[in-house]
Amino acid sequence: MRRTALHHVHQRLGASFTEFAGWEMPVRYGSDVAEHHAVRQSVGLFDLGHMGQIEVSGPEAAAFLDYALVGRLSAIAVGRAKYTMLCHTNGGVLDDLVVYRLEAQRFLVVANAANAPIVLAMLGEYSGGYAVTITALDRALLAVQGPDAVKIVGEHPELRYYGIEAERLAGKDVLLARTGYTGEDGFEIYCANEDAEAIWAWAAAAGAQPAGLACRDTLRLEAGMPLYGHELTVRTTPFHAGLGRIVALDKSDFVGAAALRAVVPDTELVGLVTRGRRSPRAGHAVLDAVTGAKVGEVTSGAPSPTLGHPIAMAYVATGTTAVVVDVRGTREDAEIVKLPFYKR
Amino acid sequence: MRFTKDHEWLTEEEIATVGITSFAADALGDVVFVELPEVGTVVSAGDPAGEIESTKSVSEVYAPADGEIVEINQAVVDDPALINSDPYGKGWLYRLRVSGTPETLSDTEYEALVAGEAS
Repeated sequence: MRRTALHHVHQRLGASFTEFAGWEMPVRYGSDVAEHHAVRQSVGLFDLGHMGQIEVSGPEAAAFLDYALVGRLSAIAVGRAKYTMLCHTNGGVLDDLVVYRLEAQRFLVVANAANAPIVLAMLGEYSGGYAVTITALDRALLAVQGPDAVKIVGEHPELRYYGIEAERLAGKDVLLARTGYTGEDGFEIYCANEDAEAIWAWAAAAGAQPAGLACRDTLRLEAGMPLYGHELTVRTTPFHAGLGRIVALDKSDFVGAAALRAVVPDTELVGLVTRGRRSPRAGHAVLDAVTGAKVGEVTSGAPSPTLGHPIAMAYVATGTTAVVVDVRGTREDAEIVKLPFYKR
Repeated sequence: MRFTKDHEWLTEEEIATVGITSFAADALGDVVFVELPEVGTVVSAGDPAGEIESTKSVSEVYAPADGEIVEINQAVVDDPALINSDPYGKGWLYRLRVSGTPETLSDTEYEALVAGEAS
């Protein structure tokens, strides 16, 4: 199993580890619920060194990314980022990505750990004819997330949400981005592997609480953020996930264009709230409240530490209004709600 | 105290106290909900007999032996975090009147099992 540059730090902290996409990652350091609350109420510190980092550079980098991805990357300004996706020619999602424009001709593509190899391979395959260089980077990534993140990282008023800039933190050169996946204000810090421990120690000493992957999942679920392998798969298009707005259908040509232009989604991604104590979980059937017929399936679900009751995301037939969830044999009344469940 | 391969522990008495091991509690993460069988339920070893839910996942508890549930721990129903904080003490789940001789592991056998799973 692969390990990040911070693995021995996690060991020292007594973390419990889990296998995630071929990486041995800290799942929690003590209490996942306490780590969740730390991010919501003060500030948490994550190791995201397993995420894939791919640099795309060259005179035709912007034009190439416009072709390979569903968004219009050529339209983003230097120092800004965009949430986008790599789709199959049939419109299915191969990965959701954050793409930063570091220079006019240099982009940083951040992929999910599990999908990083396929993103690298597909970008390589699609790049024929474009003057670009595609490089997988071996670099660390830390995230400082929560309302007090600015107390750790500094105010950086010029760095707006979805911005990125070169900075020095803890005496190290880093790329500091105002992005995250928790629903809170926060920063992501891209740095050399050999600098990761010093930056981690600096943030922890300033009060950021180490937080593992378990709370990262409940945080992103509360924030209604889709997760690859759950809400997003190669069998779903961005339109099914309610993310059609990120597809620039007016681009002249891009991978998956024909399929995506033809999509009329028959399912939609919704939020579900239940009042019992047992949570709907991924794979549980969503049933029509009146007829009992299956109308969908839960993609993610958990007891929400912030809200105090179970929440879930599910794909249901478009137009569905009243449902129950089959939670391991018992039917739980569920209310369909607008995402996100939690907004700061 | 004896153990099962499904990570339960039970005391060596005719009316055995049953819980889950600290290894299982750690693997689950923060327990937020526990559902226990009703008193009077007759179970066979390996039957699902209870459910433990954490933020991360949900797991069934299996009966460690044939028998009848004679008492449940209401304190753990009211405060499921006891399973994390004191799995061998206040975090016990139920008492089972054991019939027959259950197939269980000694502490050294259980430690070997866990070491295998953890590596």
